[in-house]
Amino acid sequence: MKPCPVCRPIHYTYFATKTRNSIGHIFSRSVPFLNEMASQSEVIDRLRATFRSGVTFPEQFRMTQLQNLLSLVEENEQLIQDALHKDLHKPKFESVLSEIQITLNDLYFAMENLRTWMQPEYNIGKNLATRMDDCFIRREPLGVVLIIGAWNYPLHLILLPLVAAIAAGNCAILKPSEICQATEQLLAELIPKYLSQDCYAVLCGGAEDTKSLLKNKFDHIFYTGSQVVARSILLAAAPHLTPVTLELGGKSPCFIYGHIDIQKAAKRLCWSKFFNTGQSCVAPDYVLCTAQTRDALLPALRETLRTFYGPDPGASLDIGRIVTPRHWRRLMDMLEKSKGKVVIGGESREEDRYIAPTVLVDVQESDALMQEEIFGPILPILTIESLEEGIDYINRQEKPLALYVFSDETSVVTTVLNNTSSGGFCGNDGIVHMALPGLPFGGVGASGMGSYHGRWGFETFSHRRGCMNRSWLLERVNVLRYPPYSDYNLGWLRWATTFKKNSWGGCSVM
Amino acid sequence: MEKQAVQRAREAFLAGRPRPLEFRVQQLKSLQRMITDRQGEIATALKQDINRSQYDTPLFELIGLENEISLAVSKLAQWAAPRPVERNLLTISDQAYIQPEPLGVVLIIGAWNYPWALTLQPLVGAIAAGNAAVVKPSELSEYSASLLKALLPRYLDQELYPVVCGGVSETQELLRQRFDHVFYTGNSTVGKLVMEAAARHLTPVTLELGGKSPCYIDKDVDLRVACRRITWGKFVNCGQTCIAPDYILCEPSIQNRVVEGIRQTLLEFYGPDPKSSPDYSRIINQRHFNRLMTLLEGYTATVGGQSDSSQRYIAPTVVKDVPPQARLMQEEIFGPLLPIVTVSDIDDAIHFINEREKPLALYVFSSNKKVIRRMLAETTSGGVTVNDVIMHYTLNSLPFGGVGQSGTGRYHGKHTFDQFSHHRACLVKSLGLEEVHMVRYPPQNHQKVRRVRLAMRTPLVDFSKGTYIWAVTASIVALGLLVALTVILILAAGVSCTCL
Repeated sequence: MKPCPVCRPIHYTYFATKTRNSIGHIFSRSVPFLNEMASQSEVIDRLRATFRSGVTFPEQFRMTQLQNLLSLVEENEQLIQDALHKDLHKPKFESVLSEIQITLNDLYFAMENLRTWMQPEYNIGKNLATRMDDCFIRREPLGVVLIIGAWNYPLHLILLPLVAAIAAGNCAILKPSEICQATEQLLAELIPKYLSQDCYAVLCGGAEDTKSLLKNKFDHIFYTGSQVVARSILLAAAPHLTPVTLELGGKSPCFIYGHIDIQKAAKRLCWSKFFNTGQSCVAPDYVLCTAQTRDALLPALRETLRTFYGPDPGASLDIGRIVTPRHWRRLMDMLEKSKGKVVIGGESREEDRYIAPTVLVDVQESDALMQEEIFGPILPILTIESLEEGIDYINRQEKPLALYVFSDETSVVTTVLNNTSSGGFCGNDGIVHMALPGLPFGGVGASGMGSYHGRWGFETFSHRRGCMNRSWLLERVNVLRYPPYSDYNLGWLRWATTFKKNSWGGCSVM
Repeated sequence: MEKQAVQRAREAFLAGRPRPLEFRVQQLKSLQRMITDRQGEIATALKQDINRSQYDTPLFELIGLENEISLAVSKLAQWAAPRPVERNLLTISDQAYIQPEPLGVVLIIGAWNYPWALTLQPLVGAIAAGNAAVVKPSELSEYSASLLKALLPRYLDQELYPVVCGGVSETQELLRQRFDHVFYTGNSTVGKLVMEAAARHLTPVTLELGGKSPCYIDKDVDLRVACRRITWGKFVNCGQTCIAPDYILCEPSIQNRVVEGIRQTLLEFYGPDPKSSPDYSRIINQRHFNRLMTLLEGYTATVGGQSDSSQRYIAPTVVKDVPPQARLMQEEIFGPLLPIVTVSDIDDAIHFINEREKPLALYVFSSNKKVIRRMLAETTSGGVTVNDVIMHYTLNSLPFGGVGQSGTGRYHGKHTFDQFSHHRACLVKSLGLEEVHMVRYPPQNHQKVRRVRLAMRTPLVDFSKGTYIWAVTASIVALGLLVALTVILILAAGVSCTCL
C-alpha cells in the first residue's frame, strides 16, 4: 500500500490506554517525518497556484474529476466496506446505504445538473432605468477550500463536500478524521490515484496538525464535528475573514404524539436510532411522549429490536460498535450516572466496545443523559402531559440539527413545526430527510451554520457575483443623476427607479 | 444597558410577536412612513454629519430604502411560503419542502458613509424574515445616529427593534451578547473582530466590507461618457462609498484623455470651485481627513489637490502615473483621490487585479465583448458593473456582497430575507407504504441492498440520452399507428359515404 506522502505520524492525544498499539503503528508506517508547517504550506501553495491558472474552471475539467471520483467509489466498494468495518464494525448494509450509495447519488445528481448550475442566472427583475441592461448572477469558484471530515460517516461526510467543491470549480484539501485510521489511509491512497494531484490533496494528522493547518488562509472551511472544535475553527478563520460552514450536532428530539400506528413508528424509530449504533448527528436523541404512548411503545420497541437483531444483539451482524474505547467509556459513564430506569438492553462489553440497544424511562430534564448529545445506542424516554409541555422543553434547549414527529394528526405535526426551530425536520420517520439531495442539509444556532447536499453544496462553495452590463444608450436618462442637482431631475429619476408592484412585464406608464 | 436591550428583544421574539406576516408588514409600512414623514430631518442630519447635498439624500439613501420596503411588503407572503423540492422514489408520496424561518435576535451594525441606507436596508430584511433586531448605528455619523435613536421607537415596536448608540466600548459590550446573526458593514479590521466575537457563540455573520475596487478603461471606448460616469461614481459622497471606483487602470496612450475627460466633467458637475458647490460633500472627520492627506504626500495632483482642514474639504483630485507600490495603492482610499495606474494591456490589467485581494466591486469600460468576457471570466469580485459604476447596487434582484477580504454573505431584495432566515429542510412522510420501507430494516441480505439502492436514486425520471431517444421514437411510432388507424377507419367508413 502506497503511504500517503504528506501523512505524518498521528499524535495520539486521545489514546492514553492504548499507547502500545499507537507507538507500534507509528513505527510500522514508512513515512518520513517532515517539518509540518512547511509541508502543509507547500501543498496549499501548490493548490493555490493551480487554482490561479484557471484549470479548474471549465465544465469539462470538473466533469472529468467528478467522473473519476465516481470511479474511485465504484471500483473500490469492497475496500471501502472493509475499511469501514475495521474502523466502526459497520455492517455491509449500512456501509452501502449510508456511505457508498449516498455518495454515488450525490455524484450522479451533480454530474447531471452541473451545466445548469454553472449557467449565469439571467431571470432577474429589472426596473425602468436598467431595462436596456444585461443583468445576471455568475457563480464563481472561491479558491482553495479546506474540508474537515468526521469519524461517524468517515466516507460520505468528506466526499459529499468534496463533490460540491469540485463541481463549484475549487481546489480542495481534505483532512479526514484520524479516529478512523483505516478509512483515513484508504482515502489518502485513493484520492491522489484518481483525482488531479495538483488540485486536490489529502492531509492527515491529529489535533496539533489540524491546528497548524488552520493557521493558513483558505477561501472556505467546511467542518463536520463538535461545537467545541467548531469554535476554535471559527476563531482561526476570523483573522483571514474566511467563510465557514459548520455541520455540528445537538440533541435531536423525537415526539410521538396523538393517534399513531405504534408498531410502524417503533420500527422507524428503532431503525433511525440504532443505525450506525446511534452514532449519527441526526439520530433521534430522545423521545417525548405521554405515559400511555410510552406504555404502548415499549413492547413495540422490544419486538422490533428482536426482529432486527435477534434475541442477542451482541451476536448480530447487523449492529455496529462504538468507535473508540474513549467514546465507549463516555457512554457507559452517562448510563451509570443516569437516574432513569433501564427497561430494554443495558448490556455492554468493553473488549469489542459493544453496547446493546438500550431504552430508559423515567428520565428527567436534569438527568446525566440529557445534558449533552448522546451519540450512542441509548434512548431515553421523557414523559410529557401535553404537546405544549414538550414544545416548551425543546425551546428551552439549543436548536437541534433535526427534529422528529411521529403522528397521524396533521395538527400535531404543524403545531410542532410552527413553534420550534431545527436544522431539518422529518415527520413520521428518522434520518431519511438527509438522503434527498433537493433538501439543504445543515444546522441552525448551536447545531451549525450553512448547508450542503445537491445544489446547496454547489452554492456553498461558490461566490454569487452580481453583474450588470450597462448599455451605452440611454445616456440621456443617466444625465438625470449627474450634478448640478435639481428637483426636476430628482423627480424623474425617482419615477424611473422606483419599484412598482407588478411592474415586471412591460412599461407601466407609456 | 446593552444586555437589557438584547434580553428584552429576545423575550419579545420568543413570545412570538414578529411571527405573523401581518405584523411584519405593518412594521415595514410604519418604517416607510417614518422615512416619508421625516425626510427633511434626515436630510438635515446628513448635512450636519457629512455635508450631504439635499438631493443626494433621497437619491442615495432613501429611494433604495423605499424600494426595498415596497418589494418586501408586496412579496413577503411568497418569500415566507414553503418552497417544494424534487423527490425520489422513496419519498414520492411525501411532502418535501424548505421552510424559511426567523433566526431569532439579530444585530445590525451600520456604517457612517450612508448611515440610513446601510443601517435600515438590512433591518427591512430582518423584519421581513420575522426576527427581532438590535440596531447599532455608527457613532461617526452622530447626528444621524441620535435622530435614528429618537425616531425608530416612535414608529416600530420598541422592544423588538431597539436602537443602541455608542462607541467602541458599547459595541464591544453588544458583541459579548449572544445573537443569532450579526450583520456588519464597515472595514475589514473591525470585520475580523466582529467575526471573532461571533465565533465564541457560533453565530453566523454577514460582513459587508470594502477593498480597492478597480476600474479598467479599454482604449476602444467612448471616453467622454465613460469619464462622466466614473467621475460621478467616484466623487459622490466625496468618494466615501464602499463601491466607488478606487483606482483606474488604463493604457498609457489614453491616460491624458482620461484625465481631460474627468477634468471637464468635474467642471460640469461642481463648477470651477467645488468648495462652494452645494452638491459636493466633506470628509466625515479629522482623522480620515488626515489619513487622506497622508496618502497624497509626495505626489503631485494632475487635477485638484486643494484642501481646507477647517472644513475637512479635499478637492476632487486625480493623480497620474501612480506606481503600484505607492501608499495610494496599499489601502482602500475612501476619499476623493483618484489614482491612475498604467498597464500595458488587458493581460497586464487582469494580472494586476488578481495579484491583489478580491475587491467588493469591479468596473470595466469597453465596447469590445471579448474584453468584457475575459475580464468577467478571469477575475473575481463581489459584484460587477460594466460600462458604468455603482449601478449593480441599485438593482435589488442582484445579490450585493463581497468575497474574500471584501466580505461574506449578500443582501438586497429577497437576498436579505434569505440571509436573515433559516432554511429548514422538511420531510413529512406518512406511515403508509411500509412494504417499500421494509427493505431498509435489519436483518439484512443482498436483495434488500439492491432494492434500496434502486429506491434511493434520483432523479425520479431518467433524463439520459438513451431514454430520450426511446421516448421520441416511441412517440413517433405511436403517432404513426394512430394516423394509420384513423385512415383505415375513414376508408372503412368511406365505403358507405359518398363524400370521398
